[in-house]
Amino acid sequence: MAENNQCPETTESDIHKKIRAVFEAFDYESNNTVDVREISTIIYSLGCFPAQADLHDFIAEVEEDNTGYIHLERFLPVMTKVLLEQKFPPIPEDHLLQAFEALDKEKKGYLEPEELSKYMTQEGEPFTQEEMDEMLTALTDRDSNLIYYKDLISQLTIDPDM
Amino acid sequence: MRAAVLIQRWYRQYVARLEMRRRCTWNIFQSIEYAGEQDQIKLYSFFGFLMDHFTPASRNLISHIFRENEICRDSEWERYFCYKGIEVPDNYTGPHLTFPITFCGVSKLVEAFKQKQQLHARYVLQILGETWRLLRILPNINYVSVCHTKDITICGDLHGQLEDLLLIFYKNGLPSSEKPYVFNGDFVDRGKNSLEILLILFGFLLVYPNDVHLNRGNHEDHIVNLRYGFTKEILGKYRVHGKKILKLLQKIFSWLPVATVINEKVLVVHGGISDSTDLNIIAKVDRHRYVSVLRPPKMVRQALNDNKTVDCRNGDAGGPEEGRRRVRSLTDHSSATAQRSNLPRRSLHNLPISNQSSCSVEDELKKRRRLAGFDQSYREMKTSDSDSDPEFGETTEKDGNEWKQIVDLLWSDPMPQNGCILNEVRGGGRYWGPDVTEEVLGRHNLQLLIRSHECKQDGYEFCHNHRVLTIFSASNYYEVGSNRGAYIRMGPDLVPHFIQYQASRTCRELTLRQSVGWTERSALRALREQLFVHKSDLISAFQECDPNHTGLISLRNWASATESVLKLGLPWRVLRSQLVSRTQQGMVDYQQWIRELSITEPKLEVSDTSILETMYKNHSNLETIFRIIDTDHSGLISFEEFRQTWKLLSSHLEMEISDKAIADLAQSIDFNKDGSIDINEFMEAFRLVDLSAHTWQPETGAVASPV
Repeated sequence: MAENNQCPETTESDIHKKIRAVFEAFDYESNNTVDVREISTIIYSLGCFPAQADLHDFIAEVEEDNTGYIHLERFLPVMTKVLLEQKFPPIPEDHLLQAFEALDKEKKGYLEPEELSKYMTQEGEPFTQEEMDEMLTALTDRDSNLIYYKDLISQLTIDPDM
Repeated sequence: MRAAVLIQRWYRQYVARLEMRRRCTWNIFQSIEYAGEQDQIKLYSFFGFLMDHFTPASRNLISHIFRENEICRDSEWERYFCYKGIEVPDNYTGPHLTFPITFCGVSKLVEAFKQKQQLHARYVLQILGETWRLLRILPNINYVSVCHTKDITICGDLHGQLEDLLLIFYKNGLPSSEKPYVFNGDFVDRGKNSLEILLILFGFLLVYPNDVHLNRGNHEDHIVNLRYGFTKEILGKYRVHGKKILKLLQKIFSWLPVATVINEKVLVVHGGISDSTDLNIIAKVDRHRYVSVLRPPKMVRQALNDNKTVDCRNGDAGGPEEGRRRVRSLTDHSSATAQRSNLPRRSLHNLPISNQSSCSVEDELKKRRRLAGFDQSYREMKTSDSDSDPEFGETTEKDGNEWKQIVDLLWSDPMPQNGCILNEVRGGGRYWGPDVTEEVLGRHNLQLLIRSHECKQDGYEFCHNHRVLTIFSASNYYEVGSNRGAYIRMGPDLVPHFIQYQASRTCRELTLRQSVGWTERSALRALREQLFVHKSDLISAFQECDPNHTGLISLRNWASATESVLKLGLPWRVLRSQLVSRTQQGMVDYQQWIRELSITEPKLEVSDTSILETMYKNHSNLETIFRIIDTDHSGLISFEEFRQTWKLLSSHLEMEISDKAIADLAQSIDFNKDGSIDINEFMEAFRLVDLSAHTWQPETGAVASPV
């Protein structure tokens, strides 16, 4: 259900509300803290595409001294800045397509599972085996056992939450 | 390599967003589920109140559900339950059983149920009779030893899902003296093969009484069964003998042991514990007195009635913070700090309560009586109170304590914070913290608590520093793909090993995206229904935020108004995009939104539309009351009984409903036109239909029918 309006919620208070809403969904104890392991999910859910290194930096900035928890007070200003500056912008579809095409050296129009696995688990910010298995299950066409990346890119884009 | 990084980042983001949606979906299901349980308990408490304060005449309508300590002796009951008079006709194609029952016999039964056959009532009563006899000699707590030559298997909630039990047997093997099992309660309700599961479990119990151990769950309770489907299942499958079967099951449930202890180190109970849990006390109670755990034995009530406050407001469930506390997590966190509302509540926790002046009690009673249409003076009632009740005896505080021990075992949930507080979400039992776990386990020299009662994504979950383990064996509990089931294998080292599974081939092949999508659609359907049935209240709440009658409200107001009406503790702002298709510059056109919920009402012509909405909202309560009133389990109730039902319900809800409105309603739904109303037809007519389900485009191309 995409939003028709593009009336930008760019005022700071609107951004605060967005952040709070997502934060609250993970604040199980209703005390304005979330487990640090949820942070990446929260940041992604706010529409950002940080790299792993960016996530580590972010966490270092907001974590409460190795307690394993992150308090809303510290999270809010940092996250607001990220959103206002659009620090981790979404990846445009055509960039993504180019990325897949770069991997598809023979220009077949598809990737084989072994090919994709090799890249995903050995290059860049490698996937764990679990992540890889899930990705293959999600992206591989069941009948041909191939990954038709062109179709997938548009199909798998999720609408923004807010 | 730049390309790889981009793809990885994109994919991780995608998965995180899915996870977010999955949690929201989970919260939706759980909130609705627990709100339903709370509702049920409130209703039952209300009946309890009526029983204590109204005339014998009115009580007769519902009194039979409270007849706990019948004066008949067991031998008389045996005669009543005797199967011998029941003939098995020649054209019966189901399984035949011979007694004493053997392993072969039970395996045959399992096979037959796999083939979807139904066991004849004669054999059902026979197995149940034998089970009842056996359970009566078992102690309250099963003590089990695990040795080097055999592991023990522990299963959690099954909830009538036969496929899961069969899957467990397939993967793990049937119970035997080499393969002992513990089944940790909630065998029945919700799924459609509750009886088959019971018969299989009881069968194995009879064959291997030393190796099969059953713990009672909160759903092994006839009052809960009225609402959650087991009663309906039995009456549907056994039209002639259903009533007898139900009665015998009531007894069996009350005789189920309440706990199992393995190697004196591992405690297995269905719900959990509280700070007062004491196995020595539990070992000595007369467990069969608690036919339904929802209500303390009469003796206790008499004592408490004398100084009980009667503030019967059903109580606000509290604001958004309270609501959020109910949200369950998928990881190691659980519900939140209690922000208990100070309003007294009609829940199990109202007993005992501090004194209040008796004149407010009398006023309250008069009001209640007026609403319910009963007339008798308060004084008369007080005296008639003790006369009509067959139970009498010494009232003791000991009884109250014992009862609490049992309720806590069957209804409690763990929480992450220290302490022990009332479990107001469910309406019974406690929330207990890690400090209580340490204290209780320490006091009893135990090392691990295994419990069930809560659905978990992966079928199991540790908490309290790995000292508490939840095991849940009903896969796809909320919806296809919602969760895995699991069971535990444990050897003499007492280290639990988990085996997970998911019944139904289709969902094993679903990808994360598909299973989230499927479950989510189902949850949203359920949520839209809830929104629909509250639409009048929602519109009032919205209008309060819209004093200039613009028809629009801000998203913030939309979220807080919706929560104030539904009280489910859901993250509405996050869900907003799934529920509200259009906003105008951040504002919601609420009238249109309600219309767009696309839930149809059944085509009943009723003059008073507010009564319709009450009906939708109280769908389950209504059904529960019907089934209670329908004492001969015929599925039909007379007009007079229908009228009484409404009087009861309106009293419970504190609303006025005119006789005329009730008469109109009865007319319009008297489908048979013969002066009686068929309960099933009635409930069918009120099934809400989600129109949007028909327009849904399946992603997988698989055929999906609306729930």
